[in-house]
Amino acid sequence: MAALHLARLIAVAADTIAAHAEELTALDQAIGDGDHGLNMKRGFEAVRAEADAFAAKPLPDALKAIGTKLVMTVGGASGPLFGTLFMALGKEIAADPDRKNLAAAFGKAVEAVAARGKSQIGQKTMLDVLQPVHDALAGDKTAAEIADIADAAAEATVPMKALRGRASFLGERSIGHMDAGARSTALLVRSVGQAIGESA
Amino acid sequence: MSNVGIVIVSHSPLVAEGTADMVRQMVGDEVPLAWCGGNGHGGLGTNVEAIMGAIDKAWSEAGVAILVDLGGAETNSEMAVEMIGEPRAQKIIVCNAPIVEGAVMAATESSGGASLKEVVATAHELSPS
Repeated sequence: MAALHLARLIAVAADTIAAHAEELTALDQAIGDGDHGLNMKRGFEAVRAEADAFAAKPLPDALKAIGTKLVMTVGGASGPLFGTLFMALGKEIAADPDRKNLAAAFGKAVEAVAARGKSQIGQKTMLDVLQPVHDALAGDKTAAEIADIADAAAEATVPMKALRGRASFLGERSIGHMDAGARSTALLVRSVGQAIGESA
Repeated sequence: MSNVGIVIVSHSPLVAEGTADMVRQMVGDEVPLAWCGGNGHGGLGTNVEAIMGAIDKAWSEAGVAILVDLGGAETNSEMAVEMIGEPRAQKIIVCNAPIVEGAVMAATESSGGASLKEVVATAHELSPS
């Protein structure tokens, strides 16, 4: 993956989070502590600020460094969770990954996030988007189809009862709201997937 | 110091500091103690860098027990332990216990020279299994 390419993906991801920061915060205010949008924006802006340095590294090292940066800057539970996603992806991915390697590495990264959050599918978390995205990646779906799958998966967290995170304190009252982490994950999948698709 | 260190991690610096005050009242300076709280930007939250700093400050060769409040504090503390890495990581345990009672009980146990395992077990007794 060319240096320019990764810098472009970082910019796209940071733009998306910045554009949706208020929406993410509103979702988190409904059933969480209301800091998700701001936290994610701070983290992705910190990554953007060093985009060229990340892009100069081999892809595995770049992803690990991005993950570490997110851990250190996002805060909340999202910092370690999104950070772990990128760090684990970096650990498993090839320097010049094909689709098969990407899907396999993404699968390991999803497992790492589940372990970090001590969570599993169906608990109204980002995992509810990550797992179907992995399944679609492992199949033959296009970037646009995967983005739609991610959106639908985030939407599907609305009727779920939260079993992990701050939202779980609300019990039944968490039903009827979309999980903020699921939404931010779907946003990132769409924007980054689209950018990869355009440059492929 | 040879006693087990205690680290208090709350979303609120006021809660963390207040809990530390209660620990000090109980055990004085016999236990290495550090606290952190807040997101590092003036708001509520926890942050990995601050937790790593607190672990360094309360470090003891006997180990360190971390007491946390809500979910993000636990996740961030586990992340901090992983980033500190071995060999120290195996001597650091994030306790499943209420933060105030857990910190006071754990520190009291530590002040008597108990092992990390004993200190953590004392804190865990406070949580319904």
